[in-house]
Amino acid sequence: MKKMNLNLSTLKAALLVTGTLFLGACGGNSKESNGTDDNLTGSIQIDGSSTVYPITEAVAEEFRTEAPDVKVTVGVSGTGGGFKKFVRGETDINNSSRSISESEAKMAQENNITYLELPVTYDGLTVVVHPENTWASTMTVAELKKIWEPAAQGKITRWNQIRPEWPDQEIHLFGAGVESGTYDYFTEAVVGKSHASRGDFTASEDDNVLVQGVSTDKFALGFFGYAYYVENKAKLKAVAIDDQNDTNGKGAILPSPETVKNGTYAPLSRPLFIYVNSKAASRPEVVEFVEFYLDNANALSTEVGYIAMPEEEIKKQKQKFQEFVSGLKK
Amino acid sequence: MTNSTRNRIKDKAFQVFGIFCMLIGLVFLAALLINILSEGLARIDWDFLTSLPSRRASRSGILTAWAGTLWILVLTSLIAFPLGISAGVYLEEYTKKTKMASFLEINIANLAGVPSIIYGLLGLEIFVRQMGMGSSLLAGAMTLSLLVLPIVIVTTRESLKAVPQTVRQGSFALGATKWQTTWLQVLPAAFGGILTGVIMSLSRAVGEAAPLVVVGALAYVPFVPSSPNDEFTVLPIQIFNWTSRPQAEFLVNAAAAIIMLLLITFLLNGIAVYLRNKQQKKIKW
Repeated sequence: MKKMNLNLSTLKAALLVTGTLFLGACGGNSKESNGTDDNLTGSIQIDGSSTVYPITEAVAEEFRTEAPDVKVTVGVSGTGGGFKKFVRGETDINNSSRSISESEAKMAQENNITYLELPVTYDGLTVVVHPENTWASTMTVAELKKIWEPAAQGKITRWNQIRPEWPDQEIHLFGAGVESGTYDYFTEAVVGKSHASRGDFTASEDDNVLVQGVSTDKFALGFFGYAYYVENKAKLKAVAIDDQNDTNGKGAILPSPETVKNGTYAPLSRPLFIYVNSKAASRPEVVEFVEFYLDNANALSTEVGYIAMPEEEIKKQKQKFQEFVSGLKK
Repeated sequence: MTNSTRNRIKDKAFQVFGIFCMLIGLVFLAALLINILSEGLARIDWDFLTSLPSRRASRSGILTAWAGTLWILVLTSLIAFPLGISAGVYLEEYTKKTKMASFLEINIANLAGVPSIIYGLLGLEIFVRQMGMGSSLLAGAMTLSLLVLPIVIVTTRESLKAVPQTVRQGSFALGATKWQTTWLQVLPAAFGGILTGVIMSLSRAVGEAAPLVVVGALAYVPFVPSSPNDEFTVLPIQIFNWTSRPQAEFLVNAAAAIIMLLLITFLLNGIAVYLRNKQQKKIKW
């Protein structure tokens, strides 16, 4: 998990350099590639997170016009399920909504699997309440922790236990299923320990179930990916989050493409990754695919509801990948 | 109140209760059908059936999903039916009623209640990894075969039990061997029942997503499988994938795909009913 923090801080540094410069999602990169490559053949096996799936699906779809003879398949075993296959060398690329865990990295090492982590887009985990909830417009991370930490189980059950002026009503919690990378990320960011939270909340792997739950319950509180909030804005109210750290934006901040991109929506902005197996990266069709992925990630991720990365960051990832590939040839 | 009026009231009461019970099932089925049809029917057209999955809901189709489902259906029938029917015949016609036999019987009945994802894990380890099949149609079909085997065995046995002993005795009296009796007399007589059970078990297999996801069935497959060794996706996985997307248009796609899946199930059940009726007319004792 140390690695995760390191990743985030490098990311944040990169974001600060970029500042608030807004580079439109309309990037128009998709035509930058070198035209159709009919000579490429082979197949690319991708599996992993269902959160990252929509972007990878979009890239795979577009890649068919680029290289029609390359068979790209994408599975949805979940981040953890996907890594189980990835660290055995059964897949070429793993979609991942969190960084690889220590135990997964160890497995990979035992199987002589090396890989490269590439962030491809951002997501802002959004804390939501019912639109008629007039009291909870902002919350601090400490308050979220008080609600979600394991010790809260059975104890923190009413809104006025969080802030005395809030109503004396039961609080109903909705969150991502405990097998998902989303759950791991949220608990890491809020509770401070990955995979640790109270158990008495409504958990679902299907975010639409959570949307349904929060939008029909005045005393509900839930969290899920930004895309689900955007699609259901009329039925939900987002809570502005205050991490009580003024160096990355003062006060409580609502998730939006800008605040996620410039890192002020902390700590719930998260990068989504693809992991590339190094053996796979020595095959030309995989190299072409990953380059195509990075070229089009911004345009396609906005289209499917995620938040584009700053151009600089994308450039950095492209360079990182090129160095990785040329390093393999030596 | 006399005894007979009391009994009549009880009779009436049970009748009302029975109607009520039946309506519960029907009302929920009707609600589901109306909901799905009103949402998805308009979405079904030729393009929907012949397009590949896409990030744009309106351009997305289920070609690879239903092709995968058909492949799985055919392969599962080819694997599960000979195995299951043979095992059922052996257990019913050949084994003596020993302790071992009743032990087997209990275990087979228990197998039918094992959660389907457990079969997926078994399939992943044995077929995908140990036997090196990879995440192929064959591995998926073999996993589903394990899943439906208990159902096939149990229904085969039930159908064989329903064949009167006199048929067997008559055959034996004419000097037929056990095999001749089973093959020429008992099996044809039980054929309708076996077939019904077998097709019902296929209807279960066709709706399964969990074990196939574990075995490695995919969500995005841009080609129609051309051999049992190809990778695949199936309708339930495509439906599950679409219902969990944030954009409402994908829910319409899911509804349309559910209609197609229901059609396949209805078709299978229809065939079962038809064959059973035909069989019943043919056999006269």
